[in-house]
Amino acid sequence: MILVWLLIIPLAAGLLAWIFGRNNHLFARWISLLAMLADLALALSLWFKHFEQIDLVAGGGWLIEYSLAWVPQLGISFYLGVDGLSILMIVLSAFLGVLAVATSWSEITKKVGFFHFNLMWIMAGIIGVFMALDLFLFYFFWELMLVPMYFLIGIWGHEKRLYAAVKFFIFTQLSGLLMLAAILGLYFVHQNQTGIYTFNYNDLLGTPLAVSVGRWLMLGFFAAFAVKLPAFPFHPWLADAHTEAPTAGSVILAGLLLKTGAYGFLRFVLPLFPEASEYIAPAAMIIGVVGIIYGAILAFGQTDLKRLVAYTSVSHMGFVILGIFTFNQLALQGVVMQMICHGLSTGGLFIIAGHLQEQIHTRDMNRMGGMWENLPRFGGVAMFFALASLGLPGLGNFVGEFLVLIGTFQTDVILTIAAATGLVFAAIYSLWIIQQTFHGEKRADWKIRDLSPRFILIFALMIIPLVILGLFPQPVIDTAQPAIERLERINTIDKPEYSGVDLTEADRDRRFSKGGD
Amino acid sequence: MQSAYLNAPLPYIILAAVSLMIIIAISIKRNHAFAMGLSVIGMIAAFITLFTNDTAESTYGLLVFGPAAQFFTGLFLSSGIVIAFLGYDYLYNHDEHREEFYPVLLLAILGASVLSSSINFVSFFLGLELMTVSLYVMIAYLRDSSFSLEAGVKYLILAAASSAFLLMGMAFLYFETGSLEFTGPIVEYAQQGWQTSMLFLAGLAFMLVGIGFKLAVVPFHMWTADVYEGAPAPVTAFVATVSKGAVVAVLLRLFFSGAVSQFGSVVLVLSIIAGASMFAGNILALMQKNVKRILAYSSIAHLGYILVALLAYRESAVSAISYYLVVYFITTLGAFGLVSLLSNRKGEPTDIDSFRGIFWRQPLIAIVFTAMLMSLAGIPLTGGFIGKFMVVVAGVESSLWALIIILIVNSAIGIYYYLRIVAAMFSDAPKELDYSRVKVPFSGQMLMTILTVLLIYFGIFPDNLLSLIDGLVDSFILK
Repeated sequence: MILVWLLIIPLAAGLLAWIFGRNNHLFARWISLLAMLADLALALSLWFKHFEQIDLVAGGGWLIEYSLAWVPQLGISFYLGVDGLSILMIVLSAFLGVLAVATSWSEITKKVGFFHFNLMWIMAGIIGVFMALDLFLFYFFWELMLVPMYFLIGIWGHEKRLYAAVKFFIFTQLSGLLMLAAILGLYFVHQNQTGIYTFNYNDLLGTPLAVSVGRWLMLGFFAAFAVKLPAFPFHPWLADAHTEAPTAGSVILAGLLLKTGAYGFLRFVLPLFPEASEYIAPAAMIIGVVGIIYGAILAFGQTDLKRLVAYTSVSHMGFVILGIFTFNQLALQGVVMQMICHGLSTGGLFIIAGHLQEQIHTRDMNRMGGMWENLPRFGGVAMFFALASLGLPGLGNFVGEFLVLIGTFQTDVILTIAAATGLVFAAIYSLWIIQQTFHGEKRADWKIRDLSPRFILIFALMIIPLVILGLFPQPVIDTAQPAIERLERINTIDKPEYSGVDLTEADRDRRFSKGGD
Repeated sequence: MQSAYLNAPLPYIILAAVSLMIIIAISIKRNHAFAMGLSVIGMIAAFITLFTNDTAESTYGLLVFGPAAQFFTGLFLSSGIVIAFLGYDYLYNHDEHREEFYPVLLLAILGASVLSSSINFVSFFLGLELMTVSLYVMIAYLRDSSFSLEAGVKYLILAAASSAFLLMGMAFLYFETGSLEFTGPIVEYAQQGWQTSMLFLAGLAFMLVGIGFKLAVVPFHMWTADVYEGAPAPVTAFVATVSKGAVVAVLLRLFFSGAVSQFGSVVLVLSIIAGASMFAGNILALMQKNVKRILAYSSIAHLGYILVALLAYRESAVSAISYYLVVYFITTLGAFGLVSLLSNRKGEPTDIDSFRGIFWRQPLIAIVFTAMLMSLAGIPLTGGFIGKFMVVVAGVESSLWALIIILIVNSAIGIYYYLRIVAAMFSDAPKELDYSRVKVPFSGQMLMTILTVLLIYFGIFPDNLLSLIDGLVDSFILK
């Protein structure tokens, strides 16, 4: 039932914020903040309560489940369940949700109630995606995120908001429908073999698929997740959406929505279609590497601060897709780490960009410069997130990218080398941000206040976990471990050419990952 | 004994009798509220008698009464009640003779109900003509509006021509088989000797023209936008819902009797029609600025989606179509109902701009319209999502992959223009607003709220409606 509460709280808070927040803005803000804090508390309590057991369910069970018949005629159930990976994602979601509400406190001044309604419903959709174990329900939540996000960008966004909102919606909706077709395909294949109509994840797992069928169905899922991630050729929506969205929208887009794509790969593509995933792995890894380099080059070419940060996401998510299709524990651990840290560091950069824009009404870096003098606190924080983003050792992002690269090295040396150049690019564009905005000559005499206590608190809340994750990543790694071991097991069953090598390496991996104990 | 015999067709008798009563009442004294009230009472009475019968199949020569007919007649009657309320508010603002609207409406619904229970070409044609002739009157009801008259004449000419095609097709089939029934000789003929006769196929093709026109599928869709735009908004709602639903019902019967589905060529033609309707409807809708025209073209696309389910030709197809129709009725009634409720003496709010910023003035209207549009787009939490889902389920089950891909691509296109309207409603309001100040009467607000609640209920808890529909699948498959 705790899982259901995680959904009900934001849904109810959203409705309350809308109904009572039309004239009372403070009410809408507080109720949303409290809802997110409550969700965060619930998620953390879930994590701590089950921290010791997480290893016990390595066999494939779920820590907590909740199931309710929904449309029995079609074999649809309201089936939620979490393992370590989901818990990590939910904690991240609730955490960024708190920050999203906090950053909007002064930025959003019109239609406040409706804004928080949308924000809360997006959060419910995202948290639902991380918990759904019924494929229909998963699709339901997947789509549920879209409409409020559309409104968030379309109403409270910047100049080209409508264009960006529609583009975002069409890209994600079209790919989502392809996934729906694939889900149905799987549903009928399973029905053909067993005579049972069901969307239950556990039942569909291990459905034997003819090679070509499996590959086609996998592509449907792949499309949806690759667009959300976004992987290289599917990324055009991203820069517009991120740039035009209000700060809270950008934070949620970069921090969470992109992660739903990565989560989809880990939870659905790899386990449901082991053969097909392996088949597409070389192509997917190349897509990942191209994304790393191409995203970095695009980022460097931008003058719009938010657009720059948006393209860095394409680059960072390249590491995620590269790691996912390497199929080994090190890389997958790196992926999880990268997902969490990218959410924090990019979220931080977006808050900086948003906060700057709120005060100087431009995002054009050519008009900024030399602001460190007046804004030492601001500059210091920006410096921190830029360094985190470029993968400075000691911060969480380094751990993620480093693990992905080690993992990939065992599979493909050339791709690893190419991907590693992405780190160099990252250093260039991250320092470029600081150089253009805070250093150099003053191009305009902006009147800006330095960070208020509220923002100092927000940034502190983001900086601390990044440092902790960088120095002591073990709890996160332990939490994700069972889910990842399960993935690796599924993806080595049918392919002796991988498991042959990995028998010893897997042991080494495990020793490595337990090394922090 | 005698009265028991009349039990099953009683709703139809009530509809006919009440419409006569209203005509007599008008000749004595004109009273708008009375005419409207009587028609609503008549429809409610018909609705109640419909479900007090036992649900066993009973055949009355040309008609068959059973779960399927009950379901569709019930659907038409409910829509009729909604349209009567909309019509009352709408005509209230016009200086026409208002009262004649209601008997015509009742007769049109009678025609639609006859269609949904017909198992014979005679009743098929009778029902269709009863409905169509009533529609001529309803579409051209605003006599001082040249738009309305133009739409009426357009519909008259084209509908008459298509009826002629239909009749010719029926004649050909009769010539070949000597039977006017949907089952029996025609199906046997279709199973055995069809290669020998081009006449039979020509008959089917002619009938397809007639049916295609009524459904407004490509290439028989030309009339749709003009008629939708010109007709008074409540009538547009009727044309978009009941008149199409009735033809879909009869098409389902015909298709599942086996007479049509035997022919690869007919199935191929229908597939092409389905694909073309989806593309043409959505792409043409993209270019429109007029909300009524957008909805007109989108209805072409939606009929294309329904045809996909029909072509799946399975039991799940019947459930999918029935579910889809219910949801489509709710959304279309809601959408055109809003246009109707927001209209005033000067006209109807049809330009997208007239909805600009309405959310900040009349949130209820904007929320209702958003829900309707989201349902048409097939977004979760609305019935439209489940409807589209069921259609895709039926299509995937029968491996109609090409049509499914077309459907998916078209859903994405469709979102663009639905979102345009939504975006306008939520954008900042301009200084001058024509329609956002129109006061929507309380009854209208209630009506719209009920429709929205139903839509969302069917979107979140589809199982009740689904079990209801599962009960009527058998009733469609004629033996």
